[in-house]
Amino acid sequence: MARLSLVYFAWVREAIGRDEEQVERPAADVTIGALIATLAARGGGYAEAFAQPDKLRAALDQRFVPLDSLIGEAKELAIFPPVTGG
Amino acid sequence: MIRVSIQAEDFDPAAELAALEASGGGGVASFTGIVRGDGGLIALELEHYPAMTTAQVERIVVEASERWPLLGARVIHRFGRLEPGERIVFVGTASRHRTAALEACAFLIDWLKSQAPFWKKEHFSDRTAWVEARAEDDAKAESWKR
Repeated sequence: MARLSLVYFAWVREAIGRDEEQVERPAADVTIGALIATLAARGGGYAEAFAQPDKLRAALDQRFVPLDSLIGEAKELAIFPPVTGG
Repeated sequence: MIRVSIQAEDFDPAAELAALEASGGGGVASFTGIVRGDGGLIALELEHYPAMTTAQVERIVVEASERWPLLGARVIHRFGRLEPGERIVFVGTASRHRTAALEACAFLIDWLKSQAPFWKKEHFSDRTAWVEARAEDDAKAESWKR
C-alpha cells in the first residue's frame, strides 16, 4: 500500500509526542479534515492536538492548503497551528 | 538579485544593505526584526518546516518582484533559540525609486508573518507559551491581496 508521511509542528508536535510518522494513504475521496478526525479518534495526545480543527492548518507536499482539500496522491501531509514567523 | 537564507546564525545588516546599495537602484529599504524582552521573556524558540521554508519564502519574494520593479531583494530568517535583543529577520529591497522599495519591503515582512512556516515559542523563567497568530497580522497580509 502507498504510504503517507505525516509531519507535525509546534504544539501539535508536542501534544502528539512525535514529529513524524507514516500511515497508509487514505482513499481518494478523503479530505485532510476527515483524516484529522480519524487521527483524533486515537485518543490521548492526538485527541488533544486535534480537539479544535479551526486552530489547525495544513500543507500537502510542502504547499499550504485548506483542510477540506483531498489528500489525493500526496506523499507528505504537515499539520500545524497558524504560522507566526517574521 | 533574489536571495533567501534560512539560518540559525546571526547576520550583518550593514553588509546586506551595502550589497543592495550596489544593485544600481536609487533607493534601498529594509526591515530588521529584533526579539523583544516583553514580560520577562528569556528566549524565543523558532521552529520551522525545513523541507518547505526556503521554497515558500522564495515564492513570496518572487511575488514581490512581480508586483514591484525590484533590482534586488534579500530575506534572512533565523531559527533556533534567540534571546532579547537578537536579530530574527531581515528584509531588504532595492529599486530605482523609493515607493517600490518601501512598499515591497512592507509587503514582504507582512507576508512572512502569515505565509512562512515558522512557529515561535516564548520561554519565561516559570513557563513556556506558543505565540498565537494575531488576526491583525492576517488582516495586514490580506490587505496586500489583489
